[in-house]
Amino acid sequence: MSAQGLTGPNLRHDRLPRRRAVNRLMETLAWIAAAIAVGILGVVIFSVARHALPALNFNLITKDPIQFSLTNAPQGLRNAFVGTIVIVGIATLMALPVGILVAIYLNEFAPASIRNAVTMVLDVLNGVPAIVIGIFVFGLFVVGRGQSGFAGSFALACLMVPLVSRSTMEILALVPNSLREASLGLGVPHWRTTLSIVLPQSVGGILTGTVLAVARVAGETAPLLFTSSLVGTQTSWNPQHALQTIPVAIFELSESPDPADHARAWAAALVLLLFILFTSLGARWLANRNRSKLAAR
Amino acid sequence: MSTTIAPTMRVETRRQPLPPRERLERIFSIEGLDAVYSGKPAVKNVTMEVYKNLVTAIIGPSGCGKSTFIRCLNRMNDLIPGFTQTGTIRYHGQDICASNIDPVAVRRNIGMVFQRPNPFPKSIRDNVAWGMNVLGIKDNQEERIERALTQAALWDEVRDRLKASALSLSGGQQQRLCIARAIAVEPDVVLMDEPASALDPIATQAIEELMHNLKSEYTFVIVTHNMQQAARVADMTAFFSISQGSEGQRFGELIEYDATEKIFTAPSDKKTEDYVTGRFG
Repeated sequence: MSAQGLTGPNLRHDRLPRRRAVNRLMETLAWIAAAIAVGILGVVIFSVARHALPALNFNLITKDPIQFSLTNAPQGLRNAFVGTIVIVGIATLMALPVGILVAIYLNEFAPASIRNAVTMVLDVLNGVPAIVIGIFVFGLFVVGRGQSGFAGSFALACLMVPLVSRSTMEILALVPNSLREASLGLGVPHWRTTLSIVLPQSVGGILTGTVLAVARVAGETAPLLFTSSLVGTQTSWNPQHALQTIPVAIFELSESPDPADHARAWAAALVLLLFILFTSLGARWLANRNRSKLAAR
Repeated sequence: MSTTIAPTMRVETRRQPLPPRERLERIFSIEGLDAVYSGKPAVKNVTMEVYKNLVTAIIGPSGCGKSTFIRCLNRMNDLIPGFTQTGTIRYHGQDICASNIDPVAVRRNIGMVFQRPNPFPKSIRDNVAWGMNVLGIKDNQEERIERALTQAALWDEVRDRLKASALSLSGGQQQRLCIARAIAVEPDVVLMDEPASALDPIATQAIEELMHNLKSEYTFVIVTHNMQQAARVADMTAFFSISQGSEGQRFGELIEYDATEKIFTAPSDKKTEDYVTGRFG
């Protein structure tokens, strides 16, 4: 074997050929595992796109659906797109300040015991199935009052808080301690150090975490079934009433007997998929930019 | 036994002879200071005084608690989880660890320059100006910035590019910027934790020069690994060493504290003599 070309005192007892074989085997297995992961995503995108293309046109976002349509009049899912924008937007407004403040408290101010405890709580909350959050918000807000966009936003916000605060904590931990010490060493108060030195360093990363959280909850269906799913076909921006959303619309259309509805469900799924794909890519780009900025020092 | 000192250890001659200690104004009176990290003692039973307008050097081998000690002087260790200290540190007669003392007020008077240059990721000018702005020093800012940078021996190198990022400076320039930032807010004492350990000899010399020139206005306490540096810049020198407790735990201890000249030419403790002559550490 070629590796035996070299002779030396340390090579005599080594079982080089065997070690090389094991190495090659492990490398191959890892490569196959990676290929499977990428392959699954590829197959999903391909099959969604194949079903979606016939129904993919501008009517999808400019026209409302028509109930019990007997004609071929063009219809779309404008109400679902608008509803998703409203519900996810409000959810972000609710979750962002809470998530960021929790992270700042835990990373900058809390004693280790509280930090560990609350971090664990956040991780548990992160692991709670979305449908459980849905039932919780259903019991809290929907029973007796009826569904509303707000209730849906609240449910999604519950899912976003742990995502935002955990990612923000990680970003804050990347800010070098020497910067905090530099500021504190000047006699600058702790809160001012956090606000003026630590946070500006982390804005990019916090934004990244938020974008990822938005992408994640924009595709949530279960909590919205409980809180914002009994809707008409009109586009509405008013979150006091239940609003249609893309994931719920996909779910409902997929149960329809009409093949045209199926096609529109696929098209909506493709749009959702692309949205998540591009926001994730954008977030990653932001994160890299932020990281190289931090690494420059 | 007569002590022979290597030629490089010659103590600077431009230093003026120190007046007797009782005539010097005391800035810090430290008594029986013990510092502990999560149950592990770092320094034990330090008792010494730091005098106004002098440069006081803390020397000793790695792990003898020099940095821990200097960080006690402006309560920088408060930030470290598990840190506790006992004993008293009086600053102009006030116990800085008393419960009614705000550590922010302590650090406002007792500034610090760290081992590794840590400029803010801002422009050169803003690095100096930010502290002043936050602390409410608003009058004559441009003059103050120029003065601080001049005192830190950096002005000539940066006067044409004050708007450039501080991170574009070299390591030595960054460290001088950190010193300018520290003195721009006019502290009473400047603590320096091995300020030259990451710098080349020329930058080191610049920093030693500026300490020498500024000590009429400030009081410096400098931790250094480098005995030559202590011999060059310090008026007073404290030697810390590692001792072993009865249960085998190791901790730092103040061995000897005296005029620099005395420490380097006629130390009274055998450990100091071994250290400064290079037989140990």
